[in-house]
Amino acid sequence: MMRKFAANKVEDIIKAIPMPVYAPIEENGMVQYDRFEEGAKLNLDTCKTEKSPKDLLFPQWEDMMHFRMEGKTISITEQERCSQDYVLFGARACDLKAFEVLDRVFLVDPVDTYYAARRAHGIVVALACGEPEDTCFCGVFGIDPANPTADVVMWKVGEEYYAEAQTKRGEELMANWETQEADAAALEPVKAEIGKKLAEKPFANLNLEGLDGDHMMEMFRSAQWKKLSMACLGCGSCTFVCPTCQCYDIRDYDSGKDIQRYRCWDSCMYSDFTLMAHGTNRPTQVERYRQRFMHKLCYYPANNEGLYSCVGCGRCVRKCPMNLNIVKVIKALGEEKK
Amino acid sequence: MIANELKKRALELLADGTVKRVLGWQKGEFEHDWSPALFETAEEMKGFVYGKYAGANLSKYCLKLNKEEGKTLVMLKPCDTYSFNQLLHEHRLNRENFYIIGVGCKGMEDQNGLLMKCTCCKGKVFELSDEVIDDEESRQPMPEVDRFEQVAKLEQMTHQERFEFWRNELSRCIRCNACRNVCPACTCVKCVFDNPGSGIASKANVTDFEENMFHIIRAYHVAGRCTDCGECSRVCPQNIPLHLLNRKFIKDMNELYGEYQAGEGAEERTPMTSYTLEDVEPGIVHERGNE
Repeated sequence: MMRKFAANKVEDIIKAIPMPVYAPIEENGMVQYDRFEEGAKLNLDTCKTEKSPKDLLFPQWEDMMHFRMEGKTISITEQERCSQDYVLFGARACDLKAFEVLDRVFLVDPVDTYYAARRAHGIVVALACGEPEDTCFCGVFGIDPANPTADVVMWKVGEEYYAEAQTKRGEELMANWETQEADAAALEPVKAEIGKKLAEKPFANLNLEGLDGDHMMEMFRSAQWKKLSMACLGCGSCTFVCPTCQCYDIRDYDSGKDIQRYRCWDSCMYSDFTLMAHGTNRPTQVERYRQRFMHKLCYYPANNEGLYSCVGCGRCVRKCPMNLNIVKVIKALGEEKK
Repeated sequence: MIANELKKRALELLADGTVKRVLGWQKGEFEHDWSPALFETAEEMKGFVYGKYAGANLSKYCLKLNKEEGKTLVMLKPCDTYSFNQLLHEHRLNRENFYIIGVGCKGMEDQNGLLMKCTCCKGKVFELSDEVIDDEESRQPMPEVDRFEQVAKLEQMTHQERFEFWRNELSRCIRCNACRNVCPACTCVKCVFDNPGSGIASKANVTDFEENMFHIIRAYHVAGRCTDCGECSRVCPQNIPLHLLNRKFIKDMNELYGEYQAGEGAEERTPMTSYTLEDVEPGIVHERGNE
């Protein structure tokens, strides 16, 4: 059932939620998902946070377990999994689609229990986009920024938020929100407007034809990779801001008596990524660069019924210090097909 | 127009075989997002551009190209020539592998306006070049600014305030190492932080102070070699003002050992690599730190 509330009441609604709320918070001129606390500067109008809410499900660093040596005995302490419900507030359609991409990695056998616990305890309140940015191209991947999938979906209509629960958990969450009844028909022009705006963005008509799991060797052998990757610094910023990049490394920190086993994000852009005893099979940045985009546009869809592991959020377009990005790859490889 | 002349000259040098390839810039998807690029044929040169979005310093890319067969034509803005020259001083590049065109610069921009590094321009002198292509406007000096102003402000802070300033700034670091990878002074073939055997590989922080240490150590490592090209701050995806760390070292060196600009002039002993009887005593350095 559609409900609505005044836009200036949104902080009151968040404060009344009886569990931790993570929302886009502005600090040092940057908007990031962070725990909402008294005094925090909520920013729901920014279309694209610097990093994605992926960090909440799959943090950059997390402990997995601890070992302790005492004499000849080793005691092992399991790291506690997330056990408390929390709310992710204000997430956008592209980032939520990215959760589906992550689920297909972390929730298949063997289930990643660290991720699974966080995923299970998170209640998602999505916000439809109002002002797509020039770097947005979610529509290319079939994502509708006006209709995110979540427990609760909100739309901004003038100075009001419309909100609708899409799941039972969403209904429970909204039960104690102060809202009024609303007419869903009022949303139609708003949704149409969002679609129109997105369609006018520079990358709205990117063509993915010929870029999929069925064209693996053509893509792999393309002569374009060398040129495309030439300026790449190998910094991995693209992988860190990407909502679907999911590679990690597991390491031990050995203090002599204790071992802390942790995992951390890894990046295929790094020279020591998946380093093996024999060395690396991606010796230069050309192969590393190719790997990242082959994974997004070919390997992942090949293994997941055609689902791309890019959601068109455009963060890599914005963040690459040398202005390289997946849009250029799609265009260059697509050009070869003609 | 500088861009047209540059392109014409590059095509000539490619055609007559003087150079095998051209290191320059190409347009992106928007007006402002140019990238460094390599051009090997006249056909490819159609994508060549030069103008106010050619901010990237191409010197670092020369390390890789130094190993290629045949000469590379590299286009260096005045400030970029300091980086290139510094790499020559450190014997990381062979001069004969490059044909250098010094290109006139009127200050570089990104979508947010003038680049930080251009707000305190090093001047319009080319430290080295085979030829220069510029125009009257690009020879005009940029407004003089005190590049140490912010450093001086930090020095005025109490220890605690300064500590908090840096803790706050560096807390945003995601250890992508873009600053290191773009830095023309960071030329180790294998960085210790990329070496899994070193015990300090950079993928995760053992403590929340580790990324702070990383930046401080890196600043020490490039002290005396950093030309203040500003690329570290330009490429930081988290907007950390890393150049202030380097500038603090430069300011200290200027004050303790006399004015020094890395990458300037011919190869010589640098303040950090030469000992003289007049060198400042360690005690004085220590005292300064406690002010």
